[in-house]
Amino acid sequence: MLNTFWMILKRDLKLALRRRSEVFTVLFFFIIVVSLFPLGVGFNEKMLQEIAPGVAWIAALLASMLALERLFANDYVDGTLEQMLLTPQPLSILVFAKMTAHWLLTGLPLVLVAPVVGVLYHLEAETVITMMLMLLLGTPVLSMIGAIGAALTLGLRGGGVLISLLILPLYIPVLVYGSGAIAESRLQSGNIEPHILLLSAFLLLSLIFSPWATASALKISLE
Amino acid sequence: MTFSWFKYAAPINFYPLAGKVIPLFWFLAITLTSFGLYWGFFQTPDVLSDQKQYYRIIFVHVAASWMGMWLYAMMVFWGLVGLVFNTRLSFMMAKATSTTGALMAFIALISGAVWGKVSWGTWWDWDPRLTMSLILMFLYIGYIALHSAIDNSRRADKAAAVLSLVGLAIVPVIYYSVNCPNPNECSSLHQESSFKGVESNILLGMLITALGFWMYSFATILMRVRNIILEREINTKWVSEL
Amino acid sequence: MSLIVSDLQCTRGNRQLFSELNFQLSPKQLLFLEGKNGSGKTTLIRTLCGLFIADKGNILWQNQPIEEHLEVYRKALFYLGHLNAIKGDLSALENLRFNHLMSGQKNNDDDLLDALERIGLFGYEDFPTRELSQGQKRRVALARLIVNKSPLWILDEPFVALDVAAVELLQQIISQHIEVGGMAILTTHQAVPLTEGEVQHINLDDFATKSGRVTDA
Repeated sequence: MLNTFWMILKRDLKLALRRRSEVFTVLFFFIIVVSLFPLGVGFNEKMLQEIAPGVAWIAALLASMLALERLFANDYVDGTLEQMLLTPQPLSILVFAKMTAHWLLTGLPLVLVAPVVGVLYHLEAETVITMMLMLLLGTPVLSMIGAIGAALTLGLRGGGVLISLLILPLYIPVLVYGSGAIAESRLQSGNIEPHILLLSAFLLLSLIFSPWATASALKISLE
Repeated sequence: MTFSWFKYAAPINFYPLAGKVIPLFWFLAITLTSFGLYWGFFQTPDVLSDQKQYYRIIFVHVAASWMGMWLYAMMVFWGLVGLVFNTRLSFMMAKATSTTGALMAFIALISGAVWGKVSWGTWWDWDPRLTMSLILMFLYIGYIALHSAIDNSRRADKAAAVLSLVGLAIVPVIYYSVNCPNPNECSSLHQESSFKGVESNILLGMLITALGFWMYSFATILMRVRNIILEREINTKWVSEL
Repeated sequence: MSLIVSDLQCTRGNRQLFSELNFQLSPKQLLFLEGKNGSGKTTLIRTLCGLFIADKGNILWQNQPIEEHLEVYRKALFYLGHLNAIKGDLSALENLRFNHLMSGQKNNDDDLLDALERIGLFGYEDFPTRELSQGQKRRVALARLIVNKSPLWILDEPFVALDVAAVELLQQIISQHIEVGGMAILTTHQAVPLTEGEVQHINLDDFATKSGRVTDA
């Protein structure tokens, strides 16, 4: 079972390496959205520091949304997904491998470019570290909840917009605590421990339930 | 005579049964709602704590938001029954429930905004309750959008059912995050009950109106199910003989 | 070891495709599924794979319902549909290796290379498959048949997009599979000459529900 996991993970990463532009599309989308906000709301340093947590997270939500469409779409179109459904291994393992690859390619890069947000929004180093930590905990949850939506909307016309309609409301808890923690860390007496615990709990719960829910959704979509 | 539930799980048997009980539900809906509203408007005090006459919007608002939440649970329930037992009628019930549920959530949202305008002077406030009704509305919209985007009714039913289940699983978490955006400030999640100190005849008015709304939901859901049955069974002999 | 289908009925959308379908497939048997477009060949094949859920009826593999013993059944099953399940960015060998391993088979690169050679892709093993022609892509997918050890093959239109030489080769591969005790279900109009084993034909038009109406279920 672990073999299958590694095999799919490796293949997805290899495919992404041979088509690097797709990884960078999501990354630059994130950076562009983040840098458009100051142009829209003004350059007041104080205000930028205030809105930075929310802006960073909303840009992250949108970027992960953008990437979700491709999570299963390519495998669906060329018939690989159908073959995956017919393997003796549990589908949830295969799905989990694909989610992991997806997060490594679209979630992790966002964590790594978070310092750019820090520079653009005049954030202190500590705040940037909190932001990276929260993105590290939160983006996997986004990939996993999003995978359910991607599986449900597989092959539908206008699938991309539809996913956002289904999934964005479900991202609310991650948004609330993810940006809450960053805002909290800017306070003198800030305590982000509860935020970390809550996000870790979400992560754990989505690790348990999402592969299974996504697998059921895929079976329905491919029936 | 033994009454078999499974007999009525078949659209062909359910269709006439639903047709017979719909007038009854309409009757109950109109009677209960008018009585509840009469009670709420004329048998309750004119002032509730700092709120004047306009507090009476709660008789509509509370009933609608209760029904909005309750119908979401019903929708998930029917979807789950459908997924487990693969019964077509339960999916039709879920689909029919979604429309009425969304309507209730919408009424709750609008009446909440109007109430906010007269009591707080603003149409919208990020009050946890209002925020939750907005999110509930989003969940209904997601369900309806997914269902209508899929042409194959079998896939649409099942996919929407899975979505509503996932939604139900996440709703408590959303509820918590909306009520307690800063976990440092609410160590225990204990919201003051909204009924504390509410006079019993105000509560009575709300309950009766809610019951009336519930009966209205039954009536419209059954009517909609009958339409869905006709639509989906158009090729069958019994429908063409109607 | 056999596949038994009894009283199978499938509906797609609001249209009932076929009902009361019965057949049995034993080792050294080849089953041709026939029927006009829309008669439900692909739906039947997907049902036999466990991808589509029938309205009623049973599919037994080794006398066990397939949905209750999916893992056993899927180890025994090889399915190839219209789609090749290959990635343009991977080479022929990488594609073959991945698909082969994923279907739970043992890996041996020499066997895989031999298979590619036999299917006529010698010299193309390391090319990204997006540079190959349609027919060559199909061959990459079909190479899996040469290395596959599953007893039950279900092939949906396997001869499409192949040239004469490849058709002949595929006929050989299938008949070899049957002769060593395998079973195969095919939707195609191409005959497969067998020296051993027997051939069954099922025409889905014979099982179509009259006027395509759903009965009152």
